[in-house]
Amino acid sequence: MREESLKLRPYLDEVGVMIGLEIHVQLNKLNTKIFCGCPLDYHDDEPNTHTCPVCLGLPGSLPVINRKAVEYSIKVGLALGCSIEEHTQFYRKNYYYPDLPKGFQITQYDYPIASSGYINIEGEDGEVRIRINRAHMEEDPGRLVHEGGSIERSKYTLIDYNRSGVALLEIVTEPDIRSPKEARRFLDKLRNILEYLDVVDTTLEGSMRVDANISLSGGSRSEVKNISSHKGAERALLFEIVRQKNLLRRGGKVVQETRHFDEARGVTVSLRTKEEAHDYRYFPEADLVSLRVADWAPGIAKTLPELPDARRERFVSQYGITDDHAKSLTSEKKVADFYEQVAAEVDSKLAAVWIADVLKGELNYRDLGIDAFASANMVQLVKLLAGDQITEQSGVEVIRTILDEGGTPDEVVAEKGLLKAGGDLVTAAVEEAITENPQAVADYQNGKQEAVNFLMGQVMKKTKGRADAKEVRRMIIQRI
Amino acid sequence: MITISEILEEIRNSSAEEVVSSCLERIGPNNFNTFITVAKESALKTARENEGHTGPLAGVPIAIKDNISTKGIQTTCASRILGGYIPPYDAHVIERLKEAGAVIVGKVNMDEFAMGTSTETSHYGPTLNPWNTETVPGGSSGGSAATVAAGEVPLALGSDTGGSVRCPASFCGVVGLKPTYGVISRYGLISYANSLEQIGPIASNVADMTLLFNVIAGHDPRDSTSVPGEKEYTKALVDDVKGLTIGVPKEYFGEGIDQAVEKSVWDGVHRLEDLGASWQEVEMPHTKYALAAYYVIAMSEASSNLARFDGMRYGLRLEKDHDWHTTYSAIRAQGFGEEVKRRILLGTYALSAGYMDKYYLKALKVRTLIKQDFERALKSTDVLIAPTMPTPAFKLGEKISDPLTLYMADVNTVPVNLSGVPSISLPCGFSNGLPIGLQIMGKHFDEETIIRTAYTFEQNTELHTKAPEVV
Amino acid sequence: MITTKDVEHIGWLARLKMEEEQLEGYADQLNSVLDYFGQLDEVDTKEVEPTYHVLEMNNVFRDDEVTDCLSQDEAIGNAPKTQDGYFKAPRII
Repeated sequence: MREESLKLRPYLDEVGVMIGLEIHVQLNKLNTKIFCGCPLDYHDDEPNTHTCPVCLGLPGSLPVINRKAVEYSIKVGLALGCSIEEHTQFYRKNYYYPDLPKGFQITQYDYPIASSGYINIEGEDGEVRIRINRAHMEEDPGRLVHEGGSIERSKYTLIDYNRSGVALLEIVTEPDIRSPKEARRFLDKLRNILEYLDVVDTTLEGSMRVDANISLSGGSRSEVKNISSHKGAERALLFEIVRQKNLLRRGGKVVQETRHFDEARGVTVSLRTKEEAHDYRYFPEADLVSLRVADWAPGIAKTLPELPDARRERFVSQYGITDDHAKSLTSEKKVADFYEQVAAEVDSKLAAVWIADVLKGELNYRDLGIDAFASANMVQLVKLLAGDQITEQSGVEVIRTILDEGGTPDEVVAEKGLLKAGGDLVTAAVEEAITENPQAVADYQNGKQEAVNFLMGQVMKKTKGRADAKEVRRMIIQRI
Repeated sequence: MITISEILEEIRNSSAEEVVSSCLERIGPNNFNTFITVAKESALKTARENEGHTGPLAGVPIAIKDNISTKGIQTTCASRILGGYIPPYDAHVIERLKEAGAVIVGKVNMDEFAMGTSTETSHYGPTLNPWNTETVPGGSSGGSAATVAAGEVPLALGSDTGGSVRCPASFCGVVGLKPTYGVISRYGLISYANSLEQIGPIASNVADMTLLFNVIAGHDPRDSTSVPGEKEYTKALVDDVKGLTIGVPKEYFGEGIDQAVEKSVWDGVHRLEDLGASWQEVEMPHTKYALAAYYVIAMSEASSNLARFDGMRYGLRLEKDHDWHTTYSAIRAQGFGEEVKRRILLGTYALSAGYMDKYYLKALKVRTLIKQDFERALKSTDVLIAPTMPTPAFKLGEKISDPLTLYMADVNTVPVNLSGVPSISLPCGFSNGLPIGLQIMGKHFDEETIIRTAYTFEQNTELHTKAPEVV
Repeated sequence: MITTKDVEHIGWLARLKMEEEQLEGYADQLNSVLDYFGQLDEVDTKEVEPTYHVLEMNNVFRDDEVTDCLSQDEAIGNAPKTQDGYFKAPRII
């Protein structure tokens, strides 16, 4: 299997960058935490108002597993092509940190619930398979607030356990990722799949947290923690590559260590605490019994929705659009849903162009999501374009106006007078242009093709850009 | 000593409040240092409110070992590190007791975090054995057994991880049960070794102990290791052992067993024989490794279970805070007693990288063999009988200076916890005025047979009528 | 055989602060107990599975339904140091 991925990447030996990711996904679409019935709607609430003896780790409290958390975990495992373990069990990971109320985290070690899956992404050299080693369940620790905002300079630490005990699924990849950009694409694709599965609301803070492991040319790897965005992951890894390359170039050694990503400064810093030599002393959690749930998998598999890759293929075959468009449209579930709503009512190919190539760009530029534009408006717009009632430029202007000021396409077109200039108006303009510019006409007749452009420009000026360019060109050439 | 029926009679003649009041008066002087916390206000309030309660323990006072969570009542595990901790929730067994109308009069003394065999490691000083105050009451539930033996209360709850209910029951001449693992919910029991421990009822006689057991046993969805089902154990209070087959494991009568103890226990076996039972010798060849296996497992689990005591959410906090790790280490060094620290160190070591296979995993495999010893021995027999402790109560201070010597006293009790089977200890004789206990061990989930055997034995001897002279 | 250096290391792993003068005493005590534990080596466990749970139980769950929480007062009620509803802990580093 390792050899397989090597074959796909013949440049491996020279480059030597190996990146592995550990992604902690909060199953925040559950109603309750993993081992107790505390609710998950704690965002913006006062600290320590969503706790109980179990998630506070009060002496004498005991955990009980949330059945649905197991179902969701199996669902994710299946969507990632994993096998679901016949026998799975929880372990204690023993370490000490103020956010860990019991002095150990209940997690999985041997016998994780899912293993050996993959996600295909756009690699540096074409499509590539990133293998997933395992996905396992564990509990979230609490949230620390460092006085003054920085872990290095704070005078004290405040702890809020509202988050303690939220169900996490930790997804661990093999070190198959070869560049920061691939890492970013992997994370985006994973988030997309999770949205399709409806097990995580990825817009909530802390819903996907990433630790990255990176090494160069088979040297020691450093672990980077505290990455909270996909852009951040890319930046952190880029920084690490530069740092490690420089270190090696100066004859230094890259030590195996844990580094902390400072998002604000875009750098990773060594935490340099004695905590380096971790001995977690993993042993089975005796307060929980084993799970034999592999037989849930077939039933859960039936409930899997159409996943991004499958949807992309269907878009191509059902709507007759290009693979590139399909890829762009299925990269976010909401966008794909939007597209299908629109394509149900208008020409699917035209819709694809205007959503994937135009709307998405305008939204990105304004840092907006697809929610900022109503599908009904897109339907209206595509109809106007299909019926040749406005020019493409006008179409773009409509979208921009709606995003910046509001309204519907019909309203904007009316207000700004964007309807394409009617035949008479254009004919008159063409006549005028020809009459007013005899030199250009003469130039064209003498073989200068570009003279037409000049005349077109004149017509466009006269019609305030509302004439259809192709049509104008045709008319001019016909006349002269 | 007091019985439930005596209490209920007194309540009928006066009131629950008066009965609880006189109970509190008896406890007041704390002559044997049995109580850490007396919940006087809440006990009287409950007694008043329970007037007319129809539950099986209505108005009956009960003492609770201080490692069981009681809402609103200080719970310390007899440790400095938990001093002042007031749990915001009740343990499952406490909820059941309240439902049955019982009155919790206070929290009783124990070895710190249940680690000990004599109640000498308590931060609050040792409890004295009411039969002879120069001796220990046993441990770790020393307070629970002593308070019943001294006639302060009729009932108490203890916990048994390696013999901590049966040992003090034996030393104090009372009846104590360690049920099959999973029968009584551990929700609210502050953990020492979670794969080994169970809460256990303690009373002055088998019937009372069974009634208490009946109230607190049964499924609890908040404990994942709690077995499903509810049973009516009082049906087992039948005076009849005809046809009962008793197994006597020779390994439990080893070198360290006191002569008087050996004789008493055999007298007990023969008494049961007279009553229609038969006995045979059984072999349990791995018994001698049980002590080592038990301590490795218990200490390993303890090292993890006690990691939560960091002074942030409850318990001891020192004046000055340094950085997190330094602060944490300092609090624990000051808050834990020597025995607890020793066990945490050993447990950490036994789980650590490079040693886990040799110690922890090895002990778990030996545990399997010990469990199989029990299954084999109980295939041809109904119950097993052996001495609970190798000797009667030893003197205060006698064994506390050398940890290993103290550990050795657990030789007969720990195999039971390793295998998870149930076991009752009850008095079978005396030696120099000190009680001797024998334990009746049974098959998993067969508390009924060991209760019946214990009841029959008790009803056909005079032992349960004896009590220490308490001023 | 545990040395005082080992004791120091275990003390750090277990987060139990120890003074120099205590190390040797601890080493002696730990060594005598570990010697005793060494008995376990005598037992042949080649074909034996470890017992993690004495009961043969599997698949115990709870439903994904909300239950009562503690109030903030109850949650932080036992804490030695608090601030604005948070637990107050020392700085990390």
